[in-house]
Amino acid sequence: MNALVTAAPATVRLAASQTHGVNGVALAVFVFFFLAVTVMGFLAARWRKAEQSANLDEWGLGGRSFGTWITWFLLGGDLYTAYTFVAVPAAVYTAGASGFFAVPYTILVYPFIFLFLPRLWSVSHKHGYVTTSDFVRGRFGSKGLSLAVALTGILATMPYIALQLVGIQAVLDVMGIGGGEHTNWFVKDLPLLIAFAVLAAYTYSSGLRAPALIAFVKDGLIYLVIGVAIVYIPIKLGGFDSIFHAAGKALAQPGAVPGKPRGEVTSGPNAQWAYATLALGSALALFMYPHSITATLSSRSRNVIRRNTTILPLYSLMLGLLALLGFMAIKAGTDIQGNPQLAIPQLFEDMFPSWFTGVAFAAIGIGALVPAAIMSIAAANLFTRNVYKDFLKQDATPEQEHKVAKLVSLLVKVGALIFVLTMDKTVAINFQLLGGIWILQTLPSLVGGLFTRWFHRWALLAGWAAGMLYGTLAAYGVATPKQKHFGGPSTAIPGLGEIGYIGLTAFVLNVVVAVVLTVVLRAFNAPDGTDETSPADYTADAGDKGVLADLPPATAGAPAGH
Amino acid sequence: MPEPAESPTGRPVVTPTRIVAGLCLLAPFVSMLWVSSYARIEPTLIGIPFFYWYQMLWVLISTVLTTVAYKLVRREQRLRKDGGR
Repeated sequence: MNALVTAAPATVRLAASQTHGVNGVALAVFVFFFLAVTVMGFLAARWRKAEQSANLDEWGLGGRSFGTWITWFLLGGDLYTAYTFVAVPAAVYTAGASGFFAVPYTILVYPFIFLFLPRLWSVSHKHGYVTTSDFVRGRFGSKGLSLAVALTGILATMPYIALQLVGIQAVLDVMGIGGGEHTNWFVKDLPLLIAFAVLAAYTYSSGLRAPALIAFVKDGLIYLVIGVAIVYIPIKLGGFDSIFHAAGKALAQPGAVPGKPRGEVTSGPNAQWAYATLALGSALALFMYPHSITATLSSRSRNVIRRNTTILPLYSLMLGLLALLGFMAIKAGTDIQGNPQLAIPQLFEDMFPSWFTGVAFAAIGIGALVPAAIMSIAAANLFTRNVYKDFLKQDATPEQEHKVAKLVSLLVKVGALIFVLTMDKTVAINFQLLGGIWILQTLPSLVGGLFTRWFHRWALLAGWAAGMLYGTLAAYGVATPKQKHFGGPSTAIPGLGEIGYIGLTAFVLNVVVAVVLTVVLRAFNAPDGTDETSPADYTADAGDKGVLADLPPATAGAPAGH
Repeated sequence: MPEPAESPTGRPVVTPTRIVAGLCLLAPFVSMLWVSSYARIEPTLIGIPFFYWYQMLWVLISTVLTTVAYKLVRREQRLRKDGGR
């Protein structure tokens, strides 16, 4: 890497690399890993069939084999997605310190879920709840509130799946098989279509076991790649001192907003509110996502979850190291071709020998498949249980539920694919941003409901609506020089004047509305829904009387059939 | 309605053990949300600014704290099970 590019990140690259041919060795290694994983995905189904007869339901959320380590891999594979690996360093590359919020965010997640997830596990296994909406309906006796939670979950998950494909696309682009501007669209998108068909096929035949098994490979590769990158690249670039020196210089250059620098090396006084609220808001939102809950409920006991909160932070450490790669890309003068998401894949290609580049790309590519599979299953469960069964066909048999779940999970995947292929990437990112804001608005019903029945169902619904409306409008109003709307996650907090995460502001509004209306509704004696849970349900553990080891067929069938 | 202050088995919900466990879980929130306490470059560690290595250090600290909370809760549960039934 020459010294010139460090001063100006957008430097024109050498002519040779501009043509950007296909990296044959990297591609071969990538294809090798991809094939290996595909075989594993299909074998997972066969091996299961051999081991236990035709009992598909075994494969449900309650599958007893999901002990501490499998849950750890499943959750890790689920939460730390390909998009995370691409987007976090990309954010650091673009603006410096502000992108590092992902680290405090993932630190705060675990103490938070330590408190409420075991209660959710207990009540779910006592009453056979499969989705968060199931719980909300049972606790508050309100189908309306349950529907609101379910639709929010589906809406928030769809763009997330789409972004996994964006993650794969970034890798394909850098490998040179994404095609250039002039390639025929079919040829250009063919690799993505193939990857996608493979994913759909083996999740269809192997169910939740496939992503769980593949998660081992994915995480093994990711840890290997990060471990090598964090030692090898700084040595090549002359140490962290010179990396941060170059980054400081580059970030001090004028950025997209006139009169302001591109970014900062540490969070400046005006950016600290945004940093903290983004970390807190994202931490609260993460376990509201249906796919996080799916993976959690599949664990064997309450203690598996608690034990996991003590070992999952290992991934946060990896994420922190990964984020630092963003600075290395600045120092290395990586050519991002106008798309910051290419920063990390391109850095890998520039720095590593071809074969290891292939390993790194395989890690990212496979990293996209695991969460995409779980997310589509989770979204399908929500639709089947809380829209189809509750509203469309109340007398649906378990077989019908199973069929619908299967179909919906396929539809969700195809929908995500069409989304990515037809629309601009920024649309997916905008919706992902909105999804985070939206999903946070289900927290009062879910977590509130786990600890208290004080809230009135109508008040919770009104609070949810207020939060959704404010969050959407506020996000729409965020403009940057590049984007008129949805320009970022943060805006001025009304009444405070500080810049803060919109999702968290909307959440506070949501809670205030819910509290005030609950007081009012209680004063007028508005009818409460029936609560089918009792206080003891929230602390029940595996082995206690009435606690289901396996959850019912709707979900059990869904992952099994996929 | 709020849950009663006593658990269904008639034991108090708030115990000294749980307070300590709660503090262990609260500490990461205080330290991580207080951004101005760590938004500095010096002292650097092998060239990495304080801002970054401090937060990564907290990944380890919070892991230890959560483990302590887990052990405490676990122990109390076991004591209750042994003594209760």
